[in-house]
Amino acid sequence: MKNHKFMWLISIMLVLSVFLAACGDKTDDAATTEPEKDKGEDKGTTEEPAKDVPQVLNLVEVAEIPSVDSSVAEDAVGFNVLNNIMEGLYRLDQDSLPVPAMADGEAEISEDGLTYTFKIRDAQWSNGTPVTAHDFVYAWQRAIDPATASPYGPYLMAGMVKNATEIGEGKAEITDLGITAEDDKTLIVELERPVAYFLSLMSFGTFYPLNEEFVTEQGDKYASNSETMIYNGPFVLSDWDGTGNWKYLKNDKYWDADTVKLTEINVDVVKETSTAVNLYEQGKKDRVLLSAEYAMQYADDPDIINEMETSVFYFKMNQERDGKATPLANIDIRKAIARAFNKEELADAVLANGSIAANFLVPTEFTFDEDGKDYREYSDEYAVYNVEEAQEFWKKGLEALGTDKVEIEILGGDTENAKKQQEWFKSELERNLPGLTIKLKEVPFAVRLELDDTSDYDIQSAGWGPDFQDPISFMELFVTGSPQNKMNYSNPEYDKLIESTKTTLANDPVARWEAFAKAEKILLEDDAGLVPTYQRGRMVLMNPAVKGLATHPFGGDYSYKWTYMEAVEK
Amino acid sequence: MAKYVTKRVIYMFLSLFLIASFTFVLMKMLPGSPLASAAKLSVEQREVVYEKYGLNDPIPVQYIRYMGNLAKGDFGVSFQYKSADVTTLIVKKLKYSAILGTQAIVFGTIIGIVLGMIAALKQNTVWDYGSTIIAILGISIPSFVFAVLLQYVFAVKLEWLPVGLWEGWKSSILPSIALAMGPIAIAARFIRTEMIEVLSSDYILLAKAKGANWFEIAFKHAFRNALIPLVTVLGPVAAGLLTGSLVVEQIFAVPGIGEQFVKSIATNDFAIIMGTTMFFSVFLIVIILIVDILYGVIDPRIRLSGGSK
Repeated sequence: MKNHKFMWLISIMLVLSVFLAACGDKTDDAATTEPEKDKGEDKGTTEEPAKDVPQVLNLVEVAEIPSVDSSVAEDAVGFNVLNNIMEGLYRLDQDSLPVPAMADGEAEISEDGLTYTFKIRDAQWSNGTPVTAHDFVYAWQRAIDPATASPYGPYLMAGMVKNATEIGEGKAEITDLGITAEDDKTLIVELERPVAYFLSLMSFGTFYPLNEEFVTEQGDKYASNSETMIYNGPFVLSDWDGTGNWKYLKNDKYWDADTVKLTEINVDVVKETSTAVNLYEQGKKDRVLLSAEYAMQYADDPDIINEMETSVFYFKMNQERDGKATPLANIDIRKAIARAFNKEELADAVLANGSIAANFLVPTEFTFDEDGKDYREYSDEYAVYNVEEAQEFWKKGLEALGTDKVEIEILGGDTENAKKQQEWFKSELERNLPGLTIKLKEVPFAVRLELDDTSDYDIQSAGWGPDFQDPISFMELFVTGSPQNKMNYSNPEYDKLIESTKTTLANDPVARWEAFAKAEKILLEDDAGLVPTYQRGRMVLMNPAVKGLATHPFGGDYSYKWTYMEAVEK
Repeated sequence: MAKYVTKRVIYMFLSLFLIASFTFVLMKMLPGSPLASAAKLSVEQREVVYEKYGLNDPIPVQYIRYMGNLAKGDFGVSFQYKSADVTTLIVKKLKYSAILGTQAIVFGTIIGIVLGMIAALKQNTVWDYGSTIIAILGISIPSFVFAVLLQYVFAVKLEWLPVGLWEGWKSSILPSIALAMGPIAIAARFIRTEMIEVLSSDYILLAKAKGANWFEIAFKHAFRNALIPLVTVLGPVAAGLLTGSLVVEQIFAVPGIGEQFVKSIATNDFAIIMGTTMFFSVFLIVIILIVDILYGVIDPRIRLSGGSK
């Protein structure tokens, strides 16, 4: 018996020795080559004066680039890359306010707000050809052309740019689109209605110029890798073969190249947060996005930063399912649910990723008036957490329904994060509203969209990220018959207010935002048609040497144009 | 032999045809839209995009067109990655997975065979127990646990090897070792069992009686026979390594194919679903064919012509 124990010990040691021997061999020579040198360089750079700091930024991205063809791009990574390698008529500055970029000075706007005249500045593509007004005309026509099958072209232009809707329906030619080049330097855009946020929209990827000659010459190959593109932005794309990692190099032909400090940005696709964090700890990466569990672990780290995103999440309260009224058709039931869960706790303890409680639909740090005042200062907080009030509404609602037990389904995502939230919703709502049973239904995103399409749910946990910088990006979603409503909410007064922001109030910014605030109150407080839950934030580890990295509320998430590396004393 | 191979190749195409058809039917049954921004578009706007990709045609028409293109080796356009055609995309990503997979299987089988032989030849000794423990650990601990462990010890703490990303052969070491644990375990177990059985058979006794030395008995007589069952399982193991490397690839941030396979299904990316499925099917079928041919090389008693044994 004794012998056996001894053998066990020996065998375990043997196991371990095999591991170490096998790996030791291979790693010995590796250690003598590169890593040593790397460390030496690192030490050197931190002691050098600021001007000798290599202007190289090392980033990770959680997904690959699906497309950087500005006409067909439809995702966050693509639009972010585009924002840094291309440039539209306007660009969002460090405070996310639109400033003229390819446009030479502010646009001339006609009195009725329907005609915009842009002067194009002297700028070049990275191959030396000048950027002209024709490049914009070509790009916009390409984006609206049904043959391109651009998702964002029709989505953004329909009902806004003249004839865009008609082209989509096949009733007009693409040349009828409301954009014309008077000459190489003058661009005229005609709109169907005044659009208060039109200039900020000009910073969005879909509206970037494209050089017709180059694009047609490349044909299908255009934007399939970094060699088959030309650039007019602060950086050019490099070392990108259509999949995997990529680099940005400073674009010397950029009109404002003097402002651009970084010479190189290396982006590696890293999907595991733990791996990204390890790379950050080793100094190989300068900025890493944290998942909730890492955010908690690094909460006291001096490098941690909390950034606000502009995605807002909410409960869609469906009032009619399969032709029958749901319990949520009762206004008191809706009001009760709206007030029955502690959003602060949701944001701080459940999500713990820098998100904040949302008692609003239009997010904070998203839209600003001329003086830089946040839209949220025009509006208020609605349907704030209050269990006593919730229970009163609940009692009233149950009486009206003539029952003391209600079962409600919550439809949500099937990711780890979504499931955690839904469990929390269930326990919180069932605890505060006696007689309520919550049934959770967790499905993949694609399935959720299908169920949304047919209004086949009671409560849906959903969210929205804006594509342009205006409250209407959110407010329009819930007008009667909107493709995103799908919860059978309808209030003529709400519809009228939203309509007025597009028509009578279109050219009166203050009255317009006041109308939004009124509508927001109707939707969230008076009707409890929609129950906002939180505004998403993100926690980031960022090298303190990185300065001037601008974050934006829509379109491309980041601008590296003003970013530079500072020497840091350690 | 030639006749046998021809017959097998014909069967292979038949299998591929059936696999492609089933995959087509299954993916048409997937709920949801392949458009990433489907939630934002109106029905009419979605229709325009579907029209361009031929998704509005009746399913049988789509099927015939799809199979026709497939026969030409054209998988269509990816919805996820509009920048590359599917074949190029798969080939690019496959490169990394193939390097890892090959290294893992070569390293895994060699170590596994050595461990298994030691265990069999030194049956019921410390050596035997040691290698059995390794085999049990290898089979029972998932490769991604090894991956995290290896990453922590050799990359984060000791800093001998890169934490992740693809920076040449050094980056391939840790993921390959993590992936090799399964093959090590499988090879060691099979070789041990078979060797013990073979070593107790009559012809080994005869060899011993003839005065053949230990080395000759172990390698010339016993090992060859013990290899057959191992060869059988190695085929599927190799295919499994390519498809199952998903998590290990993510941990080491290797831009391989594993993730693509899973993601394409979640995003209804028809072209990639079909592309990866066909790729793995071809791979598996070819490997099974090679394995069958190898049988004959290892053991001439196994006749390939399919006649009586």
